[in-house]
Amino acid sequence: MLSYIGRRIAITFFILFGSSFLVYNAQALSGDPLADLSQSTAPNKAYLIHKLTMQLQLDVPPPARYFLWLKGILGIFIGKPNFGLSRLGSPVLDKIAVAIPITLRLVVAATLIAILLGIAIGIISALRQYSRLDYSITVVTFLCFSLPVFWIAVLLKQYLAIGFNDFLVNPVIPEVTMTILALLFAIALSSFITSNRKSFWISAAIVFAFMELALHLVSYFELLRHPQLGIIGTVVLTALFGLGLITMAFGTRNRRAFYFLGTLIFLVALSYFPLSGITGEDWNFLKLGGALLGFAVLGGLIGWFWSKEDKSTYARTGAITLFIAGLVFTLSNLVNVWNKYFEIDGVNGRPVPTIGSSNVLLDTKNFWIILLDIIMHLILPTLGIMLISFAGYVRYARSSFLEIMNLDYIRTARAKGLPERVVVTRHALRNAMIPLTTLIAFDLSGLIGGAFITESIYGWRGMGTLFLSAVSGQDLNLLMGVFFLTSFLALMGNLAADLLYGVLDPRISTGRK
Amino acid sequence: MLKSKKSNLSAAVAEVDVKGQSQGQLIRKKFFRHKGAVFGLVYFMLLVVFVFSSAGLHLKTPIGNANLPGWWPIPVDQMDEVKVDLSPDGILTIGAPTLDLNPFDGNGMAIGTHPAGQDNIGHDYFSLVINGAQTSLMVMFIIGIVSGLLGTIIGSISGYFGGKVDQVLMRFTDLIITIPTVIIGALIGAKFGNLGVVILALFLGMFSWTGLARLVRGEFLSLREREFVDAARVSGAKNGRIIFKHILPNAVGVIIVSVSLILSGAILLETSLSYVGFGVQAPEVSLGTLISTYQDSFQASPWLFWWPGFFMVTIALSVNFIGDGLRDAFDPRQGNVKKFRSLKNKKTNKKAEQTA
Repeated sequence: MLSYIGRRIAITFFILFGSSFLVYNAQALSGDPLADLSQSTAPNKAYLIHKLTMQLQLDVPPPARYFLWLKGILGIFIGKPNFGLSRLGSPVLDKIAVAIPITLRLVVAATLIAILLGIAIGIISALRQYSRLDYSITVVTFLCFSLPVFWIAVLLKQYLAIGFNDFLVNPVIPEVTMTILALLFAIALSSFITSNRKSFWISAAIVFAFMELALHLVSYFELLRHPQLGIIGTVVLTALFGLGLITMAFGTRNRRAFYFLGTLIFLVALSYFPLSGITGEDWNFLKLGGALLGFAVLGGLIGWFWSKEDKSTYARTGAITLFIAGLVFTLSNLVNVWNKYFEIDGVNGRPVPTIGSSNVLLDTKNFWIILLDIIMHLILPTLGIMLISFAGYVRYARSSFLEIMNLDYIRTARAKGLPERVVVTRHALRNAMIPLTTLIAFDLSGLIGGAFITESIYGWRGMGTLFLSAVSGQDLNLLMGVFFLTSFLALMGNLAADLLYGVLDPRISTGRK
Repeated sequence: MLKSKKSNLSAAVAEVDVKGQSQGQLIRKKFFRHKGAVFGLVYFMLLVVFVFSSAGLHLKTPIGNANLPGWWPIPVDQMDEVKVDLSPDGILTIGAPTLDLNPFDGNGMAIGTHPAGQDNIGHDYFSLVINGAQTSLMVMFIIGIVSGLLGTIIGSISGYFGGKVDQVLMRFTDLIITIPTVIIGALIGAKFGNLGVVILALFLGMFSWTGLARLVRGEFLSLREREFVDAARVSGAKNGRIIFKHILPNAVGVIIVSVSLILSGAILLETSLSYVGFGVQAPEVSLGTLISTYQDSFQASPWLFWWPGFFMVTIALSVNFIGDGLRDAFDPRQGNVKKFRSLKNKKTNKKAEQTA
């Protein structure tokens, strides 16, 4: 095994060497970094040219200059990597260090949501193979496949951001829109819930009535302009998530599980007033993360004490439920500062921004407002990236699940009388996740270099924009820095995916041949 | 009545089974049973005919330029007077489309002189869009052909010979994967000047065969262990003959399906590259350049955005559906599932009849 890893890493370095050599020379050939200077009319032109030549070592021809660059990179092994200077004279590594967190903020959330949603929908689609729902999901995923990200981005900007901001000026939903929304929602939700035609119409009718009512309330109280969650909203949201989790883990017949859920929800209701009033003056991301983790641990402990058997399942369900409760509390705090955010400089009543990664005019110590600002800036690009990458996960999860569900051990599990829920969640899901895990590992490693189009459309100054500007601005060292880092991470992710596959699936041996 | 129809049907099915069908017939039948795929295929073919007949053929290659006029009279670079509409509430619309598909508004249906509208300096947008679609389709086809050929050849050699050859070729594949396509676009655009879309597509094709090569290699690795390969070798066939005559026909399903995926990816690749400015260059238009040129005028003249978008999305969508149909048709496991399902339905039907 170790020799296999060693061999793979050695090969990775050879590939990196080859591709960086090619890219370096291709880019060096594709233009002259002195071109715009030699056309300029500045009086100190000769000096500027000389300075840039020295700075970028342009007096050395490209193939040889590559090795100078490589020498700097190899400094990694002695702890002093030198990625060279960018055209403007600042070290490349500094620029990359600024860009990476911005890119991560953009892609991590989008990818996580896409993975969760994609796998869930893919599995539902597979469980109802050849049903109307399955066909509709197929059509929608194909549509998502066929949408170029820049096209989606323009549409989202126009209809979601500008449209929603305009709507907020006078937040009254027209009657027709309400009916259409409620109808669409009812049909979509009911077709996910049930495959039986009769119960489909019943559930659609209930959901439709509920949505009509809810939308009228939203419109009447202008809840989109002055949103409120309150104790009722908090408890109901948490209870809905908890109910879903409990039914998935224990089915609908397990009384103890429902008492357990009751305890959790009671706890949430009790802690609403102390927790929703946090002003956020001295809060930060670390504290928020710690609080969420604390919630999860507490939920796990409660689950552990409530259970007689199945201790780990109870603990897991409790932890996830209370973690979600923590998120709902965060949401309720964000909702509380919404009105303040609405009036702030740079927002001015248009809360969905179309450009940038944060509000530069923002001047506040209130953590909730900072967080809300970040989230609002994330909405459009996240949706765009998500819509496109989620389709792939749906297709992949579907085919992987279909394959598993036709295997013999699934038939065995059914034959010995296990309920379908257990067959799906415990027997099929775990094995279907094996190929998906490797796909995810592979995708995550490619994230850092990934979304250059989205970044450039929404004006995020992340790795993608850096890369594009380096290509068009003949900034060779900057380009190579970004390229080297992203392809190194991608190759390592590739290796990790292969190794993970071998660990998760004992049928595959990577070491021996 | 219903029952007799059913038994007729099953008799017919049995008869067909007895008659025996070739692999090709089975696949064709399965493909044409897939409604989405058939619809996609028909749409795609109609679109190709429409685009190429209306725009004619305008190709710029390093060898020479091809120019064939189409039936649409207005050339790309002709500028007419811009149509200006002032609505009663004072909103100014410049170059609105003259296409009118609503027969009930009093004017009847009409195509007009500029069915897709004009941009604000008077270019006919329909002409721009069909020429753009033509460019994009051409790039798509060339990428598909080049990467299909390269991927098949490299994958089959790698999988058939195995060992050192395989190692070298697969590491080369890994190397190609790491090179970003933006760099290739920039290199071609900047260094070699504007050589036209054909060269661009050829180069892009040379860098998009990697996935196909891996799949073909995997297929060859398993097929070369089969008895018919041994039989061919024993009867004295040379390597080339075994690869092309014996193994490749068995791997053709994998190749066709994955080329269809490459095609749908290719149109998105070209439009995205053109959008960020490293694809199709200025005097030539593609769907990507159209969107990137006119995206800022979305509010004033949305048709400048919708028309190229419509072509782009429907091309990719129909190719995706065709690919899905092909995958189903070539997948030997697919048929069984359907049979099993119909069997299950029959059983439940019977049960219902008995209880009723």
